[in-house]
Amino acid sequence: MSNMAMFSLEKNHFALFGLAPAYRLDLTQLEQSYRDIQAQVHPDKHAHLGEVERRLAMQWSTHANEAYQTLRQPLARARYLLQLNGAESDENSNTAMSPAFLMEQMEWREAIGDAKAAEALADLEHLAGRLRAEIRQREEKLQQALDVERDFAAAAEQVRELKFMEKLREEIHFALEALEN
Amino acid sequence: MALLQIAEPGLSAAPHQHRLAVGIDLGTTNSLVATVRSSISVVLNDEDGRALLPSVVRYLADGTTEVGYAAQAMQSVDPHNTVVSAKRFMGRGVSDIAAIVNLPYQFVDAPGMVQLKTVAGVKSPVEVSAEILKALRARAEKSLGGELVGAVITVPAYFDDAQRQATKDAARLAGLNVLRLLNEPTAAAVAYGLDNAAEGIYVVYDLGGGTFDVSILRLSRGVFEVMATNGDSALGGDDFDHRIYCWVLEQTGLFALSAQDTRLLLTRAREAKEELTFHPETRITAVLSNGQAVDVLLTSKIFSEITLSLVNKTLAPTRKALRDANLGVEDVKGVVMVGGATRMPQIQRAVGEFFGQEPLNNLDPDKVVALGAAIQANVLAGNRSGDEWLLLDVIPLSLGLETMGGLVEKVITRNSTIPVARAQEFTTYKDGQTAMSIHVVQGERELVSDCRSLAKFELRGIPPMAAGAARVRVTFQVDADGLLSVSAREKNSGVEASVMVKPSYGLSDGEIADMLKASQQHAHDDMTARSLREQQVDGGRILEAVAAALAEDGELLNDAERGKIEERMAALRVTLEGNAPQAIKNAAEALNRATESFAGRRMNRSVQQALAGHKLEELES
Repeated sequence: MSNMAMFSLEKNHFALFGLAPAYRLDLTQLEQSYRDIQAQVHPDKHAHLGEVERRLAMQWSTHANEAYQTLRQPLARARYLLQLNGAESDENSNTAMSPAFLMEQMEWREAIGDAKAAEALADLEHLAGRLRAEIRQREEKLQQALDVERDFAAAAEQVRELKFMEKLREEIHFALEALEN
Repeated sequence: MALLQIAEPGLSAAPHQHRLAVGIDLGTTNSLVATVRSSISVVLNDEDGRALLPSVVRYLADGTTEVGYAAQAMQSVDPHNTVVSAKRFMGRGVSDIAAIVNLPYQFVDAPGMVQLKTVAGVKSPVEVSAEILKALRARAEKSLGGELVGAVITVPAYFDDAQRQATKDAARLAGLNVLRLLNEPTAAAVAYGLDNAAEGIYVVYDLGGGTFDVSILRLSRGVFEVMATNGDSALGGDDFDHRIYCWVLEQTGLFALSAQDTRLLLTRAREAKEELTFHPETRITAVLSNGQAVDVLLTSKIFSEITLSLVNKTLAPTRKALRDANLGVEDVKGVVMVGGATRMPQIQRAVGEFFGQEPLNNLDPDKVVALGAAIQANVLAGNRSGDEWLLLDVIPLSLGLETMGGLVEKVITRNSTIPVARAQEFTTYKDGQTAMSIHVVQGERELVSDCRSLAKFELRGIPPMAAGAARVRVTFQVDADGLLSVSAREKNSGVEASVMVKPSYGLSDGEIADMLKASQQHAHDDMTARSLREQQVDGGRILEAVAAALAEDGELLNDAERGKIEERMAALRVTLEGNAPQAIKNAAEALNRATESFAGRRMNRSVQQALAGHKLEELES
């Protein structure tokens, strides 16, 4: 009984928000649950209470933020699902990518580099659009692997590749930012 | 039979239940204090009916101070000892303020934060700010007729850890209990959101005296969410004054002015700026100390031209914030204007053009932040359940650690919702390395030298291992005020070190206590009396809270647990009758310990109840 609070804090992130563990997620419901929980546990709701309540509120609220951020972002959610299923994405240690993928990466980098050098805002924005579509497609595949086929090795590979795509997105973002300044 | 009591008109029937709490807008140019009275947020005026307190402090040779209008009046006469815009120096070193030229102060380079030399001795910006807060506290206590339970103090969203810590230190020095440091734009949105029942994406454009903030907020179903924030902590209305001042020098061929003349012309420049809000042109006249007369005509067209780059400087962070929030101008439902400087027509025009809509101006841009802060203070003090809304704030700057080669590894990225904690693992660089230096920095740049250094501490006693074998887990925790604490732990040996990030120039508890003592004339008696009152208020509050919790969720306890809690409540009640602050404190802490697991169960239940509705929906679908 006395460990009840800890038990709840240790529930997996999906259970915390009353959701079934899956990559395809009802984001509206996730958000609603997150807000409902924060409405209970946020430090602002406990500011007038004693030290114990304030400390608990900070722990709970921190935990809810962490869980929400993990589930809200597709890549973080996929990583977390892999972890729940005893698989890891090994992004730092496993760097064996398929030659086709690496070739594709080089082409992306070249295109971004050219657009940057030419200070071509429209080109960069076009690339950003293409990249968004590509990422969306890959996320579809990731969903298949995680939710339908439950092929965690394939999912892990998809996560590793998506991380590269994510880096490209950042690079375009920074290039756009630099151009606008 | 007891007679029925009837309260005087306008007074609450049960004043003892209402905890006195205020919202304070500690501004660069002006400060305000507001409170919620009969459910309405109002600014508290001074005895002459003025809402604004100029953020000006004058130090006199006898050690006394003048604050506000009295000090402002002496600005030209006694510029060295009259401190204006102290907020700009909060948590800032000499190198940070090097860009701020033509200031009539004698700066003293102290470790981390600059200090100012006055006739009353060397003063830190924290002490100057504390004088302003003291004046506001006195105004509030006089006007409300009692001691304050606490205050919400607003800070620019873009303030970094050092600046926030300095603000909190100033409040403590002024004897204020800080319920929360609240971002100014969020406070403004609270004031607007509640008054207008707004839903959607809002931009808060806040051009104050010395700082510019832009925040993107989402208001929906009672939740205020800061999606992104950006700004410039060294850009504000003062810079517009300064442009006018420079223009006057150009027009008249004046140079090398005395501090007093500089102050005089800057004051005239400010007046001209305010005139141009209502008139197409204004005449700037002054007689300098050498008898020379200044007389020039400034038109609003020229004013717009000489300040165009300043106006544009506000639009760059605005664009960045929109991009961080992944939004375009078409998504913005309204633009809330905050800060007296937004009254300038060229600002109104530029913002209107940028967003393609008229900015919102229904609340006084000088008061809106204080009004919102008061509303939040009322909730935090427990006067109102606050079920109606929730503020989910973010940190404005990324927090990270120095790694090999002077590079920054970000641990918590900017715009993360607070409170937030994140841990990252690091390892040793050399064989047999037994200590690790942890350097905490804040900022977006990749090089440590381009970021702000917050703290350095060492993790010692790591058992000698091969390079790369140690596993040091560094945990960052940012609380709801946006203040950081960092701890480090070596996993194999369990060696631990932690630091509450007190930036190198933050004040220690001891220093604050010393300053408090020094400022008290009847030091000992006052301190004891105050401490007793504080403990009594705290103890009473805890008793009240525990009693309410027992009434609400008592069934979560078995008889033995309940008995123990009641026993400690009784013990605390006994100490409250006496006059020993330490005894009250000990009894209150004992009660706190006894209720720890109860509090955990209650929190757990509230979360389950919050989700109960969804679980049903899930079963149905």
